[in-house]
Amino acid sequence: MELEVLFFASYRELVGTPRLRLEVPADATVGDLVALVRARDGGFGRLPERPAVAVNQTVAQPTRPLAEGDEVAFLPPVAGG
Amino acid sequence: MGLARITHRPIRPEVLLETVAGDENGAALLFLGVVRSHADGRAVSGMRYEAYEPMALKVLEMIVAETEGSFDVSAVAAVHRIGELGLGEASLGIAVSSPHRGAAYAASRHVLEEVKKRVPVWKHEHFEDGASAWVAGTPLEPA
Repeated sequence: MELEVLFFASYRELVGTPRLRLEVPADATVGDLVALVRARDGGFGRLPERPAVAVNQTVAQPTRPLAEGDEVAFLPPVAGG
Repeated sequence: MGLARITHRPIRPEVLLETVAGDENGAALLFLGVVRSHADGRAVSGMRYEAYEPMALKVLEMIVAETEGSFDVSAVAAVHRIGELGLGEASLGIAVSSPHRGAAYAASRHVLEEVKKRVPVWKHEHFEDGASAWVAGTPLEPA
């Protein structure tokens, strides 16, 4: 299945793109997706091993299964206020 | 009723206060987070705020609703500004109204601390010497 993956702030600068369309196995979890993304060439391998990942705008556990059409976002530590 | 907004425009404190106004209140409290001129001993010239906007709005709405539900307040309004901000400009505005001041202060502080922990916003500091850097933040945790 194909997913939309978003990168923000320092993570966007590390990987050099704000978004990516990625083909992942149908039974992939958030943790699997992180491993796939970190294995890509370029700056992707510099992402942390356990980044915060939001699925459809809610922070998810690494064990969460993904579904077709999910919006997945890699979120650096936040600094609002 | 509460209000939550992510905006690219300057925050207008009087609008926040009007939003929470009501005759039953004995307190109307306004907090502004503003850009300051120094960070860890370095001179700062400005700040760029970035957000994952739809999620930031969703989380801010949750914080406002939770705060209205768990403190003795009449209404809560919270706005986070993003984009380029100069010194002294407000990045965050929180207005709280309540029959009593104690609850207003507690609720305002609660909104601020939850925003810092949970809302996907990042800031990039510009220093006087021309350098710039992302401000170290708080890792988001699964709910």
